[in-house]
Amino acid sequence: MNRSIIKVEHLSKLYRLGATRVHHETLRDRLSEAFRTTFSRQNNGKDNNDNTIWALNDVSFEVSRGEVVGIIGRNGAGKSTLLKILSRITDPTRGRIELYGRVGCLLEVGTGFHPELTGRENIFLNGVIMGMKHKELARKFDEIVAFAEIDRFLDTPVKRYSSGMYVRLAFAVAAHLEPEILIVDEVLAVGDEQFQKKCLGKMGQIAVEGRTILFVSHNMPAVLNLCPRAILLEQGKVTKDASASEVVAYYLNTGGAKLARKEWPDISTAPGDDVVRLRSISVIDENGEVRQQVDIRRKVGIRFEYDVLQPGLRLVPTFNIATESGTIVFWAGDRNPDWEDTPRLKGRYVTTAWIPGNFLNAGTMIVSATISRVRPTHEHLYEQGVLSFEVIDRMGEGTARGNFPGHFAGAVRPLLPWETDYVPKDEGVLK
Amino acid sequence: MSTPASDGASLITNSTKGTEPTRTPRHELPDQPLVVIQSRKSWSPLDLHELWVYRELLYFLTLRDIKVRYKQTLLGVSWVLLQPLITTIVFTIFLGILIRVPSEGTPYILFVYLGLLPWTFFSAAVISSSNSLVSNAHLITKVYFPRSIIPVSAVAARLLDLAIAFIVLIALMAWYRVALTPAILLLPVLIALITLLALGVGMVSSTLNVKYRDVGVLIPVLLQLWMYASPVVYPTSLVPAKWQKIYQLNPLVGLIGSFRAAALGGPIDWPALAWSVLIIAVLLTYAGFLFRRRETLFADIV
Repeated sequence: MNRSIIKVEHLSKLYRLGATRVHHETLRDRLSEAFRTTFSRQNNGKDNNDNTIWALNDVSFEVSRGEVVGIIGRNGAGKSTLLKILSRITDPTRGRIELYGRVGCLLEVGTGFHPELTGRENIFLNGVIMGMKHKELARKFDEIVAFAEIDRFLDTPVKRYSSGMYVRLAFAVAAHLEPEILIVDEVLAVGDEQFQKKCLGKMGQIAVEGRTILFVSHNMPAVLNLCPRAILLEQGKVTKDASASEVVAYYLNTGGAKLARKEWPDISTAPGDDVVRLRSISVIDENGEVRQQVDIRRKVGIRFEYDVLQPGLRLVPTFNIATESGTIVFWAGDRNPDWEDTPRLKGRYVTTAWIPGNFLNAGTMIVSATISRVRPTHEHLYEQGVLSFEVIDRMGEGTARGNFPGHFAGAVRPLLPWETDYVPKDEGVLK
Repeated sequence: MSTPASDGASLITNSTKGTEPTRTPRHELPDQPLVVIQSRKSWSPLDLHELWVYRELLYFLTLRDIKVRYKQTLLGVSWVLLQPLITTIVFTIFLGILIRVPSEGTPYILFVYLGLLPWTFFSAAVISSSNSLVSNAHLITKVYFPRSIIPVSAVAARLLDLAIAFIVLIALMAWYRVALTPAILLLPVLIALITLLALGVGMVSSTLNVKYRDVGVLIPVLLQLWMYASPVVYPTSLVPAKWQKIYQLNPLVGLIGSFRAAALGGPIDWPALAWSVLIIAVLLTYAGFLFRRRETLFADIV
């Protein structure tokens, strides 16, 4: 008998942008607003549609016991809202969810860790916060400590831990949760390869034990490997709910995600005009292989293949890289002196621009490409968002992240040379 | 090349793909859902049963607050003794010796300590619970638990300070050879009432503080005023008769007055105490409803 352990029915969540964007309004704003609205009376009654957004819109699905379901979708598709509602952090506006089992959530490892407290104290605090019982924790205590490999530092405040120890301890506690339903966010996004392996391995083990897992991720290979079934969310709606391979393929082939290579076999439909036609464009690694995913430490190439149909013009292939939220990271055009100012002959050109390793931040990058003419300037083609690829986060030596485990903000993530001059105390100014 | 599994697939060691695992359902699914998540009716009371289910979390959060507070200070626990002692000495010198505020026949130092002891506890509890939701934002946005645990544990963590401060009281009472009367048995009840009052105020102000950060700044100022509107450093009898009616509206008048009377064996003002109990009951009920109404928004706006 395969009864559903999770039933999600017509779930919707309305966000008022004002409430989420303006973080904490002050009393003065409130008072002046009250004053305004009392006297202008325009804003009474229903919600102003401009300031609201349906983060989830009539989402329904069911999950049977023992199923491992991946939830995928772009940023802003409603994945994290769904997670927050499932984990009861926030309430839905409409609809309901029925859960027929104990839920454990891993939205983050180390929730509630306090730097002043020792490893031992944090194991209990963190465990209880995540819903474990004290008895259960006491029973599993040795196991947790062994898993984290921190036994010597058990009574040291965690603020003195290396980031690696910190993450290991946090994950060790999380890994010993025993809920019937486990909801996992992208905890795997951060950490070195070793750690990611450990996480994925543990999840696989949990799945074998017959527990239900909802796995929200950007990591398509991980979804394909762990989840037989996947649900695609787009703009707050379920647009596909089928086998993971089908859903991931659909996601990659539709607007949801672009591939790392696009080609136009038929010259008459290829982008461009009677001067130049773009025949293919791809994201490649240092060996010239097309890559959907690039290690953040490695250089990545954007390769244009184009046919020049009319000779004598100065053509410049140019592209930009943007993040998923639309921020343009940079624009770059071919400034190679051999080609920049050279009138082109007819024929096939293959041009590659190399983006150095340790330069882009981790995440989804969207490539837009153009080929234009200079003097006078004229754009022959512009392919907006033609490719996308993932920059995969790495930790440790040779990365700009180093051993820092947290959120790493920034449009780029360069690995800079740092120089330090050291003056011993008695020779310097600090007499 | 562009098959998404080409890279990263090697990351997975214990891949479950392909092998149909032997799934061993440990027990049948319940007929009724364990949890139903839906939009909540706008006004509903606090779920006390749920609070009980999560009592271990309450205990650990309280323990955390206490441990962290003492670990971060150089003198640790001794602050709990020093703080009221220093204020007591200052008030004794200025009000007791220089201005000669009447103290109803009790040595002023003992008199003022009996006011400062419950007051310091009350004000510290209100301040820490007012800020509790904001300072625990990282928990509220990441895990579910009954949110009321946060202000409750902030208040509970202050009970230890109170217990330690009692040591000085015992010493003072022994020094001045205060005779104990059966009224002393009222002290635990009064402490419970003061705790509940602090909780009521703290729950309301912490709720407001999530949205309006002004509240966090306003509370210490209001508490200053409240202290002088309560019989902490002077006796209730000092207030002119025509003001007594308004003065008595303050629930702390009955509570601190009775606290002092219970320790010293004086007469208890029962009507004043009854009024305090009424106020506490009304405030807590309101705080419970308000908190419950607002708690679903905490994670979205904190």
